[in-house]
Amino acid sequence: MKRFSCGELVDLVTAYLENDLDDPTLRRLQEHLAGCEGCRRYLAQFRATVGALGALPPEPLAAPARERLLAAFRRRRRP
Amino acid sequence: MTETPGLPPDDIVVAALRAGDEAMFAALLDSWARGMLWLARSHVSTNDSAEEVVQDTWLAVIRGIDGFEGRSSVKTWVYRILVNTARKRGMRENRTVPWSSAFAGGEKPFPDGSRLQGADDPLPGFWKDIPALWPTPEGEVLAAEVREQITTALAGLPPRQRAVITLRDVEGCTSEEVCEILDVSAANQRVLLHRARVVVRGRLEEYFETVRRSA
Repeated sequence: MKRFSCGELVDLVTAYLENDLDDPTLRRLQEHLAGCEGCRRYLAQFRATVGALGALPPEPLAAPARERLLAAFRRRRRP
Repeated sequence: MTETPGLPPDDIVVAALRAGDEAMFAALLDSWARGMLWLARSHVSTNDSAEEVVQDTWLAVIRGIDGFEGRSSVKTWVYRILVNTARKRGMRENRTVPWSSAFAGGEKPFPDGSRLQGADDPLPGFWKDIPALWPTPEGEVLAAEVREQITTALAGLPPRQRAVITLRDVEGCTSEEVCEILDVSAANQRVLLHRARVVVRGRLEEYFETVRRSA
């Protein structure tokens, strides 16, 4: 079997993080990772990127729009 | 379906909205504001227009909550209304985002290939230069810079990629929710997510390299 390359890992990293790989591919990827410092770093960077995306601060709706919607909710929903 | 952290389960949310619980309504507005705005912005031409789409969506939610049947999660239901509203408005604005042609090769080439060895190198497909270790963004200045790099990278993505990465990685939706909200297959969802993540990672890599060189 052809050696599992760094390029293959780069292509499959999202599928790997999503647990979407079949067993043979997962095994080959894990074996490759164990022996490849570059790919371990790449994976760490990829995880860091996903983590940073999830840590973006919330962005509230502009105050006038928010007030208008709350008023609409009150008009409609308050008994 | 997962629930948004900080929000109670759907049956409680729905009962509270039907009973006129304004605090619950405000919590939903605030929790989903960014995701809804960004997603609307993928379909329409201006930020103002996107804000109007979000408002129209919530007005439809206020009108429709009594008829909500719970066939999807509340979040998916609200986002589906948003996507439909935004698409209609986008069409009125003559801004037809090429959602379907996005797979026809119009997307950027894969940017991570340049770090790998080519066909004439000793080990094609293996690293030429291995990726650098990234600093842990502990300092507030660095963290703010990273945030800025990320938002710029997101703004430059093709609309479908931006929609998927926003919902998945920024807003924390599951892949099932994203497929339902955007009406894409699981395989397409994964491809779009992967390409978008690759672009954002690449942007951060460039940024960290600039920082290292100027240090």
